[in-house]
Amino acid sequence: MFEHILEVKDLGIQFKTAEGFLSAVHGISFNVKRGETVCIVGESGCGKSVSALSLIGLLPNNGEVYKGAIKFQGKDLTKLTSDEIRKLRGNDISMIFQEPMTALNPVFTIGYQLREPLKIHQGLNKARANQVAIDLLRQVGISVPEQRMKQYPHELSGGMRQRVMIAIALACNPKILIADEPTTALDVTIQAQILELLNDLKQRFETSVVMITHDMGVVAEVADRVIVMYSGEIVEQGDVETIFNHPEHPYTQGLLASVPNVDLEQDILEAIPGTMPNLEEQISGCRFHPRCPFATDKCRETKPDIFSIDQHDVRCWLKEAEADGQASRIISN
Amino acid sequence: MVTMIIKRLIQLIFLLIGITFIVFMAMHIAPGDPASIIGGPTATQSDILAIHHRLGLDKPIIIQYLDYLNGILHGDLGFSFQTNRSVAQEIWTRLPNTIDLAIASMIVAIIIGVPAGIISALKQNSWLDFSSTTLSLAGISIPNFWLGALLILVFAVNLQWLPVGGLDTPFWTFKGFKEILLPAITLGTGSAAMIARMSRSSMLEIIRADFVRTARAKGVKEHMVIWVHCLRNALIPVVTVIGLNFGGLLGGTIITEQVFAINGVGRLMVESIASRDFPMVQGGVLLIAFIFVIVNLVVDIVYALIDPRISYQ
Repeated sequence: MFEHILEVKDLGIQFKTAEGFLSAVHGISFNVKRGETVCIVGESGCGKSVSALSLIGLLPNNGEVYKGAIKFQGKDLTKLTSDEIRKLRGNDISMIFQEPMTALNPVFTIGYQLREPLKIHQGLNKARANQVAIDLLRQVGISVPEQRMKQYPHELSGGMRQRVMIAIALACNPKILIADEPTTALDVTIQAQILELLNDLKQRFETSVVMITHDMGVVAEVADRVIVMYSGEIVEQGDVETIFNHPEHPYTQGLLASVPNVDLEQDILEAIPGTMPNLEEQISGCRFHPRCPFATDKCRETKPDIFSIDQHDVRCWLKEAEADGQASRIISN
Repeated sequence: MVTMIIKRLIQLIFLLIGITFIVFMAMHIAPGDPASIIGGPTATQSDILAIHHRLGLDKPIIIQYLDYLNGILHGDLGFSFQTNRSVAQEIWTRLPNTIDLAIASMIVAIIIGVPAGIISALKQNSWLDFSSTTLSLAGISIPNFWLGALLILVFAVNLQWLPVGGLDTPFWTFKGFKEILLPAITLGTGSAAMIARMSRSSMLEIIRADFVRTARAKGVKEHMVIWVHCLRNALIPVVTVIGLNFGGLLGGTIITEQVFAINGVGRLMVESIASRDFPMVQGGVLLIAFIFVIVNLVVDIVYALIDPRISYQ
């Protein structure tokens, strides 16, 4: 048995554009344990969604993994043929998406769409698939599932559709569930219900979850471990308490400071100054230095190494000055 | 759905009355007197007046129109000025040829257009896509009388594979198939091009849709993603184009029947316009309008069958 069900090593993703290749993710590494929930957080455009899509082999046509490996139960997914990875999709690795309103096919019934993975991966006949599907709908908290099976997506609310998406994703009892901002498009009460459902199902099915989000509230609710991405790189990762209580990277600190807190009396919300660089922008040194209040000359010139104490990794030169000696240094480029 | 169909059929009655009015007036306002054509060049003024009286053309135009409308309501489309035979009967005997031609052309258009558009979308920016879009543009631009003449020259005159013209047997027989092939290609090319362009753009939009990504994420095989998940969605706008084009095809039969010497309603119309045979032209236009409206009603029904989001409550 592998301790880590998923190991991502130095993963690089690039896109072919009219101006040549653009790198969107420049070598990220992380692991996911069995039954663990890992949240990948960051601003829009930091590469979190494409990283998630690459895990399931669904990068857009102009995108490709140009370096690194994605090991699922020891097998490198980047080396598989398209048919081999298709057999894993929806079976061992499932994904749910941000927009429940558009993620279901409008011209097929819920039943048809739910039976599909059961037929493909488990070879069930229609009658058997129907029974399993009805049971799944019940498990994700949908009332009168027999009737829902015959309905079309437009007859269901957004929250219900996301429940159906979750039922589809969990149909074949996957080992990993990738959830790309599953609650962003839902209103707050529904959001809480969906998160609760995911937590509950995760325990029942013993599924590992990789959740992509930009919402620190969601992270606090579900994460065991947190990965903070900025401009195609992981800048900090650690367990959820460490990240929330002792964030080390200035970007993580900024992200947390920009979460509104009703307990504090200050009424001005802090924002991180500046915007994230474009993909094509060449930045020397640390990619965050133009926005970093603590940037030094070294930050401007040399790309920081990753410093790691107790599985808390930070890619920042400030850590070197503070914790040299205790921290193990992972040289990277 | 049934309510919708009944509503549309009631609308149809008013629509057809409107059409009779427009066509009736247009024919009577147009220059040229049927009496002088019937009487010939030697007819005297009194001959002309006699013919006018016989055809009822000496009555006030509104009375003539009301007489005509009254006739239609009793199922009588009038009598041809030229042959004195019943308009309904003349049209009825020629209608099968026109319907055959229109349907065969539509089949050609769909068989070529839908796959061409879809392949083009799936292989976007490849040489297949470029040749398909270029051919579509050509297909829309080429006038069908020219294409018809060209096809006759190549396949009937030079190669002698197919007959030059005429249509005497139903198109599902081998002889009929050979007879209708060139006219159907001539008439169907324009529609094929329109359908190809619409299928391409519709498919390009659908293959980027979120639900297609969901289908892939479920592990659905790629050919099933395309032919099951994408196609049915992509066909919704294509059905509209097919419906609209069918009307165009009916109009197009006028030229194509002329080029291929097919004894259909289109050719009858051309002859009738030339001889100012008012009842015949009115009857023909009314029929074409009727078919056009019915086809569009069928299109609306097909919509509801393809897309569950559409319901006619």
